[in-house]
Amino acid sequence: MHWYMLTLIGKDRPRIVAQITAALFEGGCNLGEASMLRLGGNFAVMLMVKFAGSKATLTHLITAVAESMELHLHIDSIDAKLHQHMLPDVSISVYGADRAGIVAKVTGVLAEAGLHILDLESDVAGTETSPIYVMHIEGKAQQGIPNLESALDSIRQQGIEVRLTPIDTLVG
Amino acid sequence: MALLPVLTFPDPRLKERSNPVEVFDAELQSFIADLEQTLRSSPGGVGIAAPQVGRLQRIVIVDVSGKPNIQHHGRLILINPEIDSWEGMVKGREGCMSVPDFTGNVIRADSITLRAHDVLGQPRQYDMRGYEARAVQHECDHLDGLLFLDRLVSRRHDLFPRKK
Repeated sequence: MHWYMLTLIGKDRPRIVAQITAALFEGGCNLGEASMLRLGGNFAVMLMVKFAGSKATLTHLITAVAESMELHLHIDSIDAKLHQHMLPDVSISVYGADRAGIVAKVTGVLAEAGLHILDLESDVAGTETSPIYVMHIEGKAQQGIPNLESALDSIRQQGIEVRLTPIDTLVG
Repeated sequence: MALLPVLTFPDPRLKERSNPVEVFDAELQSFIADLEQTLRSSPGGVGIAAPQVGRLQRIVIVDVSGKPNIQHHGRLILINPEIDSWEGMVKGREGCMSVPDFTGNVIRADSITLRAHDVLGQPRQYDMRGYEARAVQHECDHLDGLLFLDRLVSRRHDLFPRKK
């Protein structure tokens, strides 16, 4: 068995997930972890697929349905590490008037202060004339949380709202 | 004392309702000692409920005293616990020995009042808040066949928790 990462991107419409996963199931694939969402009217699929055959066979299996839904398909052979989730210990929420460079500035100072990003989601909200940028990051503070907190001061001085919350996972 | 094997989902016993304890005898105390040893052997674990080791009785152990800077009652053996009142709502991240390799956000009451019996069957009452209250609610859920998976809330779109 081999693991592949399928990426499918196209204009959003209903039934994308059902049709893609049906074709994979009928072709003998098993699915792993996935992230699928609508981004600005497009639908993006990132999906781990376990399959006995080659990348070419998998491509053949899914091409017809991908083309019928006008989805661009990309497949990578991957090394799959399941059952080894890294636990985030910090979440960072950011919002501000949308302007060029917010993500680069925020993630730049966080990377410098030791953040390993495990998850990032962002939305452009507000209106066309007055857009706001909203971003949520979870990660592991490899040099401690106080380091991240002080690094964010420079971001706050630029008028961007940032809130850092430690994640203390309760195991019961 | 002995380490007890911890059941993991999808074991159907984790979804069952547990029965009240009626006899407070030496056997019960010996079981509780084993249950506590099982909890202590789990890295980071702050609570355990009897059904997690396959004994469908209303017994939980909670001990959050290892966490810095929080209010707590130390080591708690809670038998037939009943939560009488809830106040406030707080979102927090939870995991579970019975659900390996997964964590998620759950909303719990910030403070609770609780009645329970101790190991000798004596009635006790507690007011608790924060992390300890969360741990007790998580464990009491096990007694009703509920896992934190039954209470997950979305990670997206909850960026700034509402003020209480």
